[in-house]
Amino acid sequence: MMSSMHFRFSRSEMSLREKLWHVSWSFVLLVATVCTVGFLTLYSAANGNLEPWAVRQMMRFLVGLTVMLAVAMVDIRMWMRWAYALYVVALVLLAAVEIRGSVGMGAQRWIDLGFIQLQPSEIMKITLVLALARYFHGASYQDVGRPLFLLPPLVMVFAPVGFVLKQPDLGTAMMLTLGSGAMFFLAGVRLWKFAVILISGAAAVPVAWQFMREYQRQRIITFLNPENDPLGAGYHILQSKIALGSGGMFGKGFMLGTQSHLNFLPEKQTDFIFTMLAEEWGMVGGVFLLGLYVLILVYGYAMSLRSRNQFGRLVGLGLTTTFFLYVFINIAMVMGLVPVVGVPLPLISYGGTAMLTLLFGFGLILSVHIHRDIHIGRRGATDDV
Amino acid sequence: MNHDNDRSKIIGRRAILLGGGKLALLSALVGRMYYLQVLESSKYAVLAEENRINLRLLPPPRGRILDRNGVPMAVNQQNYRVLIVSEQTEDLDDTLDSLSNIIPINDHDRARIAREAKRHRSFVPVTVRENLSWQDVSRIEINTPDLPGVMIDVGQSRNYPLEGLGAHLLGYVSAVSEPDLQSSSDPLLELPGFRIGKAGVERVYDLALRGKGGTSQVEVNAVGRTIRELKRDEGEPGLDLNLTIDLELQQFAAQRLGTESAAAVVIDVHTGDLLVMASTPSFDPNAFNRGLSPDEWKDLIANPRAPLTNKTIAGQYPPGSTFKVMTALAALESGSITPEQRVFCPGQMNLGNISFHCWKKGGHGSVDLIAGIKHSCDVYFYEVARRTGFERIAEMAKRFGLGAPMGLDLPGERPGTIPNKDWKRAMLNQPWHPGETLINAIGQGYVLATPLQLAVMCARVANGGFAVAPHLARDIVDGVRSVPRPSPEWPSLGVSRQSLSLVRKGMFAVCNEPGGTAFGARIKDESLAMSGKSGSAQVRRITVREREGGVKKNEELPWKERDHALFIAYAPESEPRYACCVTVEHGGGGSAVAAPMARDILIEVQKRYPVRTARLPEDGIPVLHPQGHDGHDHEPHDHGDHG
Repeated sequence: MMSSMHFRFSRSEMSLREKLWHVSWSFVLLVATVCTVGFLTLYSAANGNLEPWAVRQMMRFLVGLTVMLAVAMVDIRMWMRWAYALYVVALVLLAAVEIRGSVGMGAQRWIDLGFIQLQPSEIMKITLVLALARYFHGASYQDVGRPLFLLPPLVMVFAPVGFVLKQPDLGTAMMLTLGSGAMFFLAGVRLWKFAVILISGAAAVPVAWQFMREYQRQRIITFLNPENDPLGAGYHILQSKIALGSGGMFGKGFMLGTQSHLNFLPEKQTDFIFTMLAEEWGMVGGVFLLGLYVLILVYGYAMSLRSRNQFGRLVGLGLTTTFFLYVFINIAMVMGLVPVVGVPLPLISYGGTAMLTLLFGFGLILSVHIHRDIHIGRRGATDDV
Repeated sequence: MNHDNDRSKIIGRRAILLGGGKLALLSALVGRMYYLQVLESSKYAVLAEENRINLRLLPPPRGRILDRNGVPMAVNQQNYRVLIVSEQTEDLDDTLDSLSNIIPINDHDRARIAREAKRHRSFVPVTVRENLSWQDVSRIEINTPDLPGVMIDVGQSRNYPLEGLGAHLLGYVSAVSEPDLQSSSDPLLELPGFRIGKAGVERVYDLALRGKGGTSQVEVNAVGRTIRELKRDEGEPGLDLNLTIDLELQQFAAQRLGTESAAAVVIDVHTGDLLVMASTPSFDPNAFNRGLSPDEWKDLIANPRAPLTNKTIAGQYPPGSTFKVMTALAALESGSITPEQRVFCPGQMNLGNISFHCWKKGGHGSVDLIAGIKHSCDVYFYEVARRTGFERIAEMAKRFGLGAPMGLDLPGERPGTIPNKDWKRAMLNQPWHPGETLINAIGQGYVLATPLQLAVMCARVANGGFAVAPHLARDIVDGVRSVPRPSPEWPSLGVSRQSLSLVRKGMFAVCNEPGGTAFGARIKDESLAMSGKSGSAQVRRITVREREGGVKKNEELPWKERDHALFIAYAPESEPRYACCVTVEHGGGGSAVAAPMARDILIEVQKRYPVRTARLPEDGIPVLHPQGHDGHDHEPHDHGDHG
């Protein structure tokens, strides 16, 4: 068959230059803006010093930006072709750290690559989306309606979730589960099935309670009533609420956040960075940052939905949802709406792995956008319609 | 193509649903932000301030205790300490090594420092040594560049420069105990190392001496490190407290008592100022502040001469013949005798089948009131007591301050004992025997009194029968302030001037007429002359057999069996101003041992605070206008300023 049968538009074989032309630079600028907010906040967290956080975060951003653009350049069909393979690699790595951890290295969740500590659970956030998108790419509405058809993707989800839970990393498990759920939903899984799962999930809570470790139970109890133990387990949430609440509408001013600078606020440069930002910039600052995040989400949606292939749409929306989960869980966590589960604030919190994961994800979304007009057949790139 | 369009529609629809859900969740975040940062903002702002601001207490300097002329008796000493902050040292051990070249640090201290440094956060200073000499301090200061993390700190500790002198009055300060904490809400007590008065004046006037704690508001971080001071309130330093004691006289009296287990009290008969309150032997209160070793403590409490006891108020002794002054007054006031009535003393008196002996074998012969007092004839007072009855004598003794605490501003006062029928019934459930009237009337038997009570009794006789009461603080201290003591208006005891005059004539004869028991201890300078009464209180039972063979002399007895020697006196005889009581435990004869001490003390008092003799009424008793003695320009206060 002729290649023109595979692809309706000549854009299928774009040059690098063309691809760069099609990159949504306004989206890149938006991401860079959010990261800049992060640099400023880290600068303040270090009491007006670029060291030790802001500078390193900038370096990571530069690395991440390069990675993002490189990922964006890669043809979407290539990603689809490698989706399962990447997923398996990630799963093996996840199993590897788990086994090594249980052998006696402690709760080490990463593989040290020298310049960066690679966390398989982070890689999994992306590869799971790719794998699920690949699975659902060729599925018709009727296919998705068959329960047996849903079994393989469920295994794909629960294998990594099991490993992550065992680490135990409640936050990542939550993100993987919820993100995958969103993809099932987008793929057309019937709504009543979600209802069944929700109801049986609620029924399973008492059972799950039995299997939880003491500290996990403690976290949930503390979450439900942080004032119970203000100097112990509830300390983080309470101090976070105090810092946030005392910031008021307009905040205490840049670098003037008393709670964070006097170290009452724990983890101010990582998981609780939103609290510090909201203490110094007030509700106005918090809403402004949320606005930026919403813009990113809107871009994500727009770019994904404009794709003419199901894989691209699913990847784009899945990654956007992952990004949303970062935002929501972190902010809800520091405001005492969900338990403290250790999810960083995307693009702002200090830390290389999350930054890299996110920018990699944005690279994929850009790739989806650049290759939006490529039509991919049901069985993959080589398949015809 | 078709099915892709379908799926495109589905995913589009569902993406919008999902997006809507996300927006809803993000709106919930905004709502939560609004709740925390706008609605609840003020609550959290308060919590944040409390988080950030730490109130620290600043201990106020403790007030000094001064004598009546401002000579310090209890002061605060600067206590130089060397501290080490482990986080500022490169290596704690290295720094301690260098430091030990300057001041010795033994292994025991080292272990303690290492332990404390480990226990506290690394920025908390740990005490290396206290009470450094100025020389050590300057040597450390010079070497500070080589001693990272080492610093000198000045604290204050209580010091009693006179050591044993006045220790019983001053008391001491010591660490706050658990019951102290529970009975007071003063936050100062919770300061580590804070000390409060535990005995003596330090305890009675603790609140005034303590002062009010200042506060320092400091900004701290979550681990308690001070970032900076925001506000400082210095509080109020403790009040300097003047006592009525004259240190030079106190010292003189203590020296005069020497190594005896003894007490001496001198009181101003008009004002109630206590010029001397000496109790020997004494102890060094500094040791209590420093912390006593178990051996030191054992020595103190095992000493038979009870150095820890303030004998002036807590020593209860049978007053012996000094009590005859009360017996005489009670008899005169009740009319049971007249001064001229004579009693024949054959050396003993028989009541029923019991013999009551006079101290003088062979007796005094025919004796009237003045002679009875002068010679301290026991038989005369047996007869007087028999006629008067002990109830009246007891009542008179109580009027003059015996048998109850004086209400002195010093803890530990004992009440003494003035017995009567009811008392014996209540205490021993026995009836009162007539013989007990005789024995108690000469200050033996159940009668007990403290040296302070006897001094006050003497003062009340000397001032013309006014109920002067003793006090130790020169000014009236009310809480944490003091106001000058107003001129006292002592109530009259309701004793006739005539009776008092007669008793005082007897007391004059004791000291100033040949044959008086204390004639040998008289003050030869007439302008300073004293009147007094001796007492030798028997502490053992003299058997009939011993009496037949001759009563043993005190020198022949072991110390614990010797008589207590007592002497009460006032001077100058012409216009009494100072009353004195000297009590020497197991000292022997009152006139031989106690009277010379009282004489010397009274001479010294009058030399230091001379009394200008004024013309006296016929009966020799000065007319006391309670408010009026402002006119006396010989007030000790006035002279104090020149001294």
